[in-house]
Amino acid sequence: MATTSFRLRNCEFKNRVFAASGTYGYGDEIVDLADPSRLGAIVTKSLSLKPRAGNPPVRIVETTGGVLNSIGLANIGVHSFLEEKLPHLRSMNTAVIANIAAGTVDEYCEVLRILDDQEGIDGFEINVSCPNVREGGLSFGTDRAAIADITRRLRPMTKRPLIIKLTPNVSHIAEFARAVEAEGADAVSVMNTLIGMAVDVNTRKPILSTITGGLSGPAIKPIAIAKVYETARAVKIPVIGLGGIVNTTDALEFLIAGASAVQVGTVNFVDPSAGIKIADGINRYCDEHGIDDVARLVGSLDAGTGISVVDSWL
Amino acid sequence: MMIEVCPVGEVRTAGDGIFILRFRSPRIATTIRAGQFLNIRASEGIDPLLRRPFSAYWTDKTDVEIVFHVVGRGTALLQGKRPGETIDVLGPAGTPFGKDNSPFDTAVLIGGGLGVAPLPILTRELAVAGTPVVSFLGGRSRGYIVRDHLENLHVATDDGSEGFHGTVVALAERSLTTTSFGRVKLFACGPMPMLRAVAVLARKNGMPCEVSLEGPMGCGIGICQGCPVELAGEEKKYALMCKEGPTFDIRTIRI
Ligand SMILES: Cc1cc2nc3c(=O)[nH]c(=O)nc-3n(C[C@H](O)[C@H](O)[C@H](O)COP(=O)(O)OP(=O)(O)OC[C@H]3O[C@@H](n4cnc5c(N)ncnc54)[C@H](O)[C@@H]3O)c2cc1C
Ligand SMILES: Cc1cc2nc3c(=O)[nH]c(=O)nc-3n(C[C@H](O)[C@H](O)[C@H](O)COP(=O)(O)O)c2cc1C
Ligand code: FES
Repeated sequence: MATTSFRLRNCEFKNRVFAASGTYGYGDEIVDLADPSRLGAIVTKSLSLKPRAGNPPVRIVETTGGVLNSIGLANIGVHSFLEEKLPHLRSMNTAVIANIAAGTVDEYCEVLRILDDQEGIDGFEINVSCPNVREGGLSFGTDRAAIADITRRLRPMTKRPLIIKLTPNVSHIAEFARAVEAEGADAVSVMNTLIGMAVDVNTRKPILSTITGGLSGPAIKPIAIAKVYETARAVKIPVIGLGGIVNTTDALEFLIAGASAVQVGTVNFVDPSAGIKIADGINRYCDEHGIDDVARLVGSLDAGTGISVVDSWL
Repeated sequence: MMIEVCPVGEVRTAGDGIFILRFRSPRIATTIRAGQFLNIRASEGIDPLLRRPFSAYWTDKTDVEIVFHVVGRGTALLQGKRPGETIDVLGPAGTPFGKDNSPFDTAVLIGGGLGVAPLPILTRELAVAGTPVVSFLGGRSRGYIVRDHLENLHVATDDGSEGFHGTVVALAERSLTTTSFGRVKLFACGPMPMLRAVAVLARKNGMPCEVSLEGPMGCGIGICQGCPVELAGEEKKYALMCKEGPTFDIRTIRI
């Protein structure tokens, strides 16, 4: 069997398939339905300093091949997370990546400080890319100086892996990846949701309470792969690819295009064991193709003499 | 809660554009309670992508039934299922009726349209407990009334094609003021305007009342935060319809 493990700084992940933030809860709802210990990591729902109630309904609607959501970072807050959720998450025998969202740079720092004191958290993913809240979120993620600043402030605060989750809602994602690489980020996650919108033609009202939301699922997969390709060519740090992965072939596309690991999101709503099936499927593919380490797949794209439009701005 | 691939027994017509789908799952059939739901994958592919939630409508020892309107792609695919084909079912999901424990003598069940779905199993559970049940069911017209398994049924239709000509809540209210049922508890499921009218009725008469809600869901298991129900009280707070609901004591929510 091929080697599946993957290392970021001082953290070793047992495989390269993680559950994406906001699509796996805090792991505890899943236990009857899937075995989280077989995932490389669980990325928690975004945690903020104080609990957040989230946006009013309607928060979610299916669109062709995708899901449009406007959850608004509803979460129990970092303190309740430590008391009520972390002990159980730790017992799941897989790496835990705490995803952090905040409205100010100081708040990012405060939440990370609180979490970094704890045993049982293996790394951090910084959400600077939520399209569904007014303050923070996307207003950071679309400002290169702001995400560089956040990374600069957070980096010295932890020895654990620091991953910055980027938004595709910018013209050149590679520039944002370079900015956080320069400040010491260990990896970037590419990508969060794309801004999208759906209209009820009978009432002529937007379906979501916040008018626009974030689009995820198979509909965004080709965009996500292109963003991963662009980013992986621009930086030396690992790129964690996500956006629309529902099966093994999807995940392989991301790895070959340059992702060092993948996350699965929306598909968990349909099949919470999808990530495990994908991890198994990647092993099978490696066995069938005589590949001894999944790492060899990463960025193994044979582009021939083709030149992509993204090369013109890299 | 589990995910199970279940053989379809049959799909039969139950009204205008209304169908009952029966599938085999002894596990769900023997454990599901009134008000809980099933989250069903209508397609093995990605169209539609998400599961579709349906109340458990009826069970015997081995089989489970859901009743549904064909309103879109998912329900059209379910209608087209043939005996022997399978469906992928997650359940039992959500929490059953029983959110309020006030004592009562008579259960008054009010259903609007396919809001009838959770009422047959509830009727059976109440019968086992020895509680008298009176049922009120409303619909657009006669073809929208799915009446099996209900007890002491009174029907209202918007067009007067059967029973009382008017809303089901008006019919229930009239009956509650002219007949003595002792201490009444209301159980209701149906469209939001109907539930709001039921809430007013309950408040006016000081009756305990539980409702089963319907609304958009992403996962049905509490991981997406996509199904908020606003809670009563000063502070803005939400419960999750799929986890804490879909049944609620009406005093605890704002609808
Ligand atoms: C807890 C719960 C229990 C339910 N029980 C039943 C039941 O027993 N029988 C039944 O027929 N339906 C029930 N529903 C509604 C059912 O889930 C939807 O009708 C179904 O998801 C529609 O799927 P579709 O793919 O056919 O339609 P879509 O293509 O998804 O939508 C078609 C149309 O239906 C509307 N719609 C979609 N979902 C809902 C919804 N949840 N509520 C109201 N309108 C919706 C859409 O806005 C659209 O206009 C229940 C919903 C919930 C949350
Ligand atoms: C309902 C929902 C909630 C989400 N919540 C978060 C969140 O709290 N923090 C975050 O960084 N990303 C969040 N995301 C984004 C996902 O982690 C992921 O980046 C995106 O959905 C694309 O991947 P997918 O197509 O596999 O779902 C959420 C996505 C969905 C659909
Ligand atoms: S539908 Fe996902 S949390 Fe309720």
